[in-house]
Amino acid sequence: MDKFRMIFQFFQSNQESFMNGICGIMALASTQMYSAFDFNCPCLPHYNLAYGLGILLVPPFILFLLGFVLNNNISMLAEEWRRPQGRRGKDPAVLRYMFCSMAQRAMIAPAVWVSVTLLDGKCITCAFCTSVPVETLGNASHPRLSQGEIQRVLARIPCKEIYNGQQLIANEVAIRYLRCISQALGWCFVLLMTTLAFLVRSLRPCFSQAAFLKSRYWSHYIDIERKLFDETCAEHARSFAKVCIQQFFEGMSTDLVAARRHLPRKAPADAGEAAEKLLGITDRGTMNMALKSWHRCKPALQLHPPALPTRNGWAGEGQPPMHPSVPRKETAAYYSWV
Amino acid sequence: MDRFRMIFQYFQSNSESVMNGICGLLALASVKMYTSFDFSCPCLPQYNMAYGLGIMFVPPVILFLCSLILNRQSLVMLEEWRRPQGCRKKDLAVIRYMCSSIMQRAMVAPVVWIVVTLLDGKCLICAFSGSMDPEKFVGFANVSTVQVQQLLAKVPCKDDELMRNNTSRKAVSRYLRCWSQALGWSILLILIIAAFLARWLRPCFNQATLLQARHWSNYIDIEQKIFEETCCEHSRLLAHKCILHFFESMRQEIKLHSFTLPREGEGTEGEEDFLWGITDQDQVNKFLKTWYYEKPPLDVSQKTQR
Repeated sequence: MDKFRMIFQFFQSNQESFMNGICGIMALASTQMYSAFDFNCPCLPHYNLAYGLGILLVPPFILFLLGFVLNNNISMLAEEWRRPQGRRGKDPAVLRYMFCSMAQRAMIAPAVWVSVTLLDGKCITCAFCTSVPVETLGNASHPRLSQGEIQRVLARIPCKEIYNGQQLIANEVAIRYLRCISQALGWCFVLLMTTLAFLVRSLRPCFSQAAFLKSRYWSHYIDIERKLFDETCAEHARSFAKVCIQQFFEGMSTDLVAARRHLPRKAPADAGEAAEKLLGITDRGTMNMALKSWHRCKPALQLHPPALPTRNGWAGEGQPPMHPSVPRKETAAYYSWV
Repeated sequence: MDRFRMIFQYFQSNSESVMNGICGLLALASVKMYTSFDFSCPCLPQYNMAYGLGIMFVPPVILFLCSLILNRQSLVMLEEWRRPQGCRKKDLAVIRYMCSSIMQRAMVAPVVWIVVTLLDGKCLICAFSGSMDPEKFVGFANVSTVQVQQLLAKVPCKDDELMRNNTSRKAVSRYLRCWSQALGWSILLILIIAAFLARWLRPCFNQATLLQARHWSNYIDIEQKIFEETCCEHSRLLAHKCILHFFESMRQEIKLHSFTLPREGEGTEGEEDFLWGITDQDQVNKFLKTWYYEKPPLDVSQKTQR
């Protein structure tokens, strides 16, 4: 548990490390998905190609889109792209940097899927079994079958149990041939991807290091600014809600005092803090009324300046807040009920 | 748990240790990749050699490039190499030291792959079964030339119908495997002796230069890390200031437009600070809209506090 937490903290400490962590998890998930997937070649002439190539190409596309969806920065990129210029200029280099870094990370899981599929060989065997060169690998001089018959026989190569073309071409020979081609393609694909990644990474310091440092700084800035703004807004919302609710309860308790001649205002001061927090609501009926009122008629989203500073009313006016504050509070409270 | 944490911290503390860690992980990954890879020799005359040698040499190139990509120091070295001279001279000895240390670490995983491949033997059997001299093996001696090529090519495939009961197939297989394993062990021995000599004899040559190069390469690495951290810290402070200025400017605007708000006295700490004078729904909406449509300029120097 501790180990897991430490690894989690390590990845979270740095935004980039976090994204690399997600990247690695998706690559592992893609391998796991492939091994859990039950590949079932249809062994029919025209369906094989569609099925094989579909399994080879559709999941990578899904994984690529998923890579973008899981990336938190995509909304940040969209926001920065669409925002009106206002008083702050937009830098296309920053947008390009953000997009490139997201696209690079999103490409890893699809590349892993394609490599694993090609190195395993089942997809290519299924897709291209009808194109096996029968003349070189098998007996082309076998009693002539029509082209369609040959295609149907060859299409059954991946399904060993129903294969009936041993005289035409041995099943193992064809599968070995197709698998060899598939694995060669797989290794070439991995080599190509690795070479591209290496070139992208190593050519950057040679050509645009200063621009890169700038883009990286500002993209990081945009991310942090958004987070800090959200935090500040959350703090504001919290204070707003607190004051709003306080005013609501005060309004309620003042109303009760006015309507039922309940406890005088001085009582809370005598009873201490706890009684003060009760805000004049001290029995079930009143509480129920307060709750019903909260549900039926929430107060307007408008805080009242008199109530804001302290409990003493108009602090700025410099007047002693004693008796005049009571009727004034009533008026203010009544106003808030509207 | 404690032990794991100590190991983790040890590896993280030093950049060189991190690289050694990555190096070790890649070597393990290379062994795992080999064992999980389903080697399947095509058993066809022209394809065997290409397949066998391809499996032996292409993955090491991939592993080498991967080591270079994953190694942070290679990027640091490239930056140091390409940077304009400016006020700081470039020391080629440092760059050479960094290059050689990166290359040494990057070679570990490919070498592990090649050695494992040779010790296992399947690759060499597949690649060179067609090049065997048929006269040496009883089963293949009296077969026509064309046929013998086909048969030899099928030696790596035990389950092939022609090879299932062929004793000469086992002879060829054993012969090739013996060569393969001898080659594997020899390569391993040579490399370990070379590493041993290099490590032992290094202090005899240019120890002072080596210490200097190592110190400065470490310095360059640490300097870059600290620069990145300082930039992060700076952008955080800049963002904080920018947002505070924005809230403050909104508060000023609200004060200008609404005369009913009292002037704040000293007793208005606490909640008032967090409200920034924004106290109703319309003000909040306007505030959020202004943030979207007119983000403040990235300039906190000229704004005054009040």
